[in-house]
Amino acid sequence: MSDTAGQQHPIGIYLKVWLLLFVFSTLSYLVDWYQLQGYLRWSLILLFMFIKAGFIVAIFMHLSWERLALKYVLGLPILAICLLILMMSIEGDYTYLTRHIFFDR
Amino acid sequence: MTIETDKSSDYTQPGMGGMVADWAADKQTFDMPWGKLMMWIFLLSDTFIFSVFLTGYMNVRLSATDPWPNPSEVFALEVFGVHLPLLLIAIMTFVLITSSGTMAMAVNYAYRGDRKKTVVLMSLTALLGAAFVGMQAFEWTKLIVEEGVRPWGNPMGAAQFGSTFFMITGFHGMHVTAGVIYLTVIARRVARGHYEGKGYDIVEITGLYWHFVDLVWVFIFAFFYLW
Repeated sequence: MSDTAGQQHPIGIYLKVWLLLFVFSTLSYLVDWYQLQGYLRWSLILLFMFIKAGFIVAIFMHLSWERLALKYVLGLPILAICLLILMMSIEGDYTYLTRHIFFDR
Repeated sequence: MTIETDKSSDYTQPGMGGMVADWAADKQTFDMPWGKLMMWIFLLSDTFIFSVFLTGYMNVRLSATDPWPNPSEVFALEVFGVHLPLLLIAIMTFVLITSSGTMAMAVNYAYRGDRKKTVVLMSLTALLGAAFVGMQAFEWTKLIVEEGVRPWGNPMGAAQFGSTFFMITGFHGMHVTAGVIYLTVIARRVARGHYEGKGYDIVEITGLYWHFVDLVWVFIFAFFYLW
């Protein structure tokens, strides 16, 4: 139990992350505000989403100060989710096309 | 014959070698209280639940042949005659982020032993969470009563919009509600000095849950409201 009694960080880091989360939320809101479309819209949404998620997990949830053993336990199973997303997007496209072919709409 | 030189028994060795030592040495693998580890494992399982929901949403949205309702318009608000797209959702996002910030600070003050500030910040977090749920109730009411959205259909387009919306935001709202109750209970016990001598890991564990609720909202905001 080395640093479990701790997780002692200066308050300032939480305020900074808070501010950054505000900024990135505003930026992702502006993507909709200016009605950006297509690949620019999608890539910006994903970029801001991953930045925000990264800050929350790394700083607020203290994962960057945890041991590698925990990081791997949390990180590796996510690969299964990536595989599911890949398979379901192929499946979704396939269903869409078959609906057009067989229901003509 | 010194056992003290066995470096694998502490948790200081960095990198891959450290991870192998953590797993292979004759000691507890994870350098944390069991409650915190179990919260992490629970959150990992919850990640799978929300991921499956969002992947299901992606699948039905990809395969829908009817046009998908434009969330920017569906969730727009008229404020004093000004048309503002996604306004309520933006406010909800900022409220939840702020509650995450106050929670992070509560954890910090708890480890410093400042009970009063911990209780104030935890209560503030719970209050912001309750505000979030209130705004969500308003959003649902507007959607059901004014826009006519139902889980089986809506006037704007693809029927799957309603079913995925109510399922995903409903499940998230349930998590926020549970979090508000959880926070209130723990804050009360902190105020009563229940954890004096036991240590304040419990506040960090509660914080992990609360940050996770905020984390899920980041993904819902991106994929449901902005996409």
